[in-house]
Amino acid sequence: MQSDLFPDSDAPQPDDSSRRSFMKQAGGILGLALAPPLVAQAERLTAYSKTIEGATEVTLRVNGQARTLRIEPRVTLLDALREYLDLTGTKKGCDHGQCGACTVHVDGRRINSCLTLAVMQQGKEITTIEGLAQGEQLHPMQEAFIKHDGFQCGYCTPGQIMSGVACVKEGHAGTDAQAREWMSGNLCRCGAYANILAAVREVAQRG
Amino acid sequence: MNNFSYTQATTAKEATRQRKDEPTAAYIAGGTTLLDLMKANLEEHAQLIDINLLPFKGVEQTKDGLRIGAMERMNDVGEHALVRELFPAVSESLLLAASPQLRNMASIGGNILQRTRCGYFRDAAFPCNKRVPGSGCPALQGDNHNLAILGTSEACIATAYPGDLAVALTAFDAVLTLENPKGKQRRVPVTEFYLLPGTTPQRETVLEPGELIVAVTLPLTAHARRSTYLKVRERASYAYALASAAVGLDVQSGTIRAARVALGGVGTRPWRSPEAEKVLTGAPATEATFRAAAAAALQGAQPREHNRYKVELAQNTLVRALQQVAG
Repeated sequence: MQSDLFPDSDAPQPDDSSRRSFMKQAGGILGLALAPPLVAQAERLTAYSKTIEGATEVTLRVNGQARTLRIEPRVTLLDALREYLDLTGTKKGCDHGQCGACTVHVDGRRINSCLTLAVMQQGKEITTIEGLAQGEQLHPMQEAFIKHDGFQCGYCTPGQIMSGVACVKEGHAGTDAQAREWMSGNLCRCGAYANILAAVREVAQRG
Repeated sequence: MNNFSYTQATTAKEATRQRKDEPTAAYIAGGTTLLDLMKANLEEHAQLIDINLLPFKGVEQTKDGLRIGAMERMNDVGEHALVRELFPAVSESLLLAASPQLRNMASIGGNILQRTRCGYFRDAAFPCNKRVPGSGCPALQGDNHNLAILGTSEACIATAYPGDLAVALTAFDAVLTLENPKGKQRRVPVTEFYLLPGTTPQRETVLEPGELIVAVTLPLTAHARRSTYLKVRERASYAYALASAAVGLDVQSGTIRAARVALGGVGTRPWRSPEAEKVLTGAPATEATFRAAAAAALQGAQPREHNRYKVELAQNTLVRALQQVAG
């Protein structure tokens, strides 16, 4: 029972092509039948009304580039970035949404990439720490972290910087107290908080 | 995390139909609770049905009050001008919860269904009546410092809902709109949505299999406008409540005309206190009244070895919250 429902991904697989995603497009076909003129709507339904099973090709838009990868639905956005796209700047700390090391932006909003599935983020604009700098020109938040020594071991730093950029953009870094509160989802075991705060506040004050 | 199939639903009908076809399926919105539990192998689902495209959106005034779509995100609702103005306690409960990142992800419906932080529930190596009915409750004699003192049973003392929003919703008579797989909607007051553990702690809400939360509606009142949510934690931010209070008062000429009180962090469900409200209603808005109300709210408390501190902490939290809104 268990092995039928939840096959071990390491076990030998039957013909791989037969395992490729099957799609139920009932919703799309129904939509087309009921409303023939609404082609755009039908296309939308066809695109969305589907079931994905096993390793399937998905396309993610990361740092302005479309990237196609073959993953199971259970792969988190964090694992897709790190293990499949080699974007290892985004860190895995707790893997349970408690530390913030995995913070990325999706459509401009900061989220914990460990608690969302990569398949759920198709069609969205994903920005990771690798996408902040313009060529050799660091993002002002990256520069501020260097200037204020906002880290020791550096493991939480990509998450801190991504969170800091969003925090300033949201308008939540207006005072020290506000910035502390709105940066509280990013833990730093080294305790570099004072310097992280200085970096975030400096960028906020520069506008 | 077990392997599963993934379906993106565009309508409630499609989502509930998928759920009916696969009884072990679960809906996924923000995923912040569900994936956390699945990674810990505390929940297994053969299919996840993505409901993010469902049109349960918007924050708007209706004839029944302020209606909040279940797919709205915690940060958006917490920062919404109407919520801030009409229900300060609801706004505060949202913005004091979790972290900014999690609040950007978590939906209102999902937050209402957030599951307990009891350490024994969350560790599959231990028995737990909530997880495996009849297996026992190590928390009764074990580490219970963050567990409930009100509404407990011999089967379970977990604060089944560990969050904040539902505490405020419980105080201000919110009503949930639910939709079942037949497409039929029903309305359930939040005060009747969560179940006491009794002998069946595995049943936490009245939600039927496959039923979806569509919206939350809050009636507009004077006491809700003059409200607050006070949360006491082990650290300044990003932690669950040890005790919290959602309170609203309608005070005229120093006399309390109407009062609403709910407590978080102390009950096996978001804890409305009609006992405290009875003491407050018609009484002068003074510290003596607030102290009496707090004593009434905690009168039935049944603390255990490590959570005795919660009796006094909850009372002081409630008194301070009442002082804040009384101004």
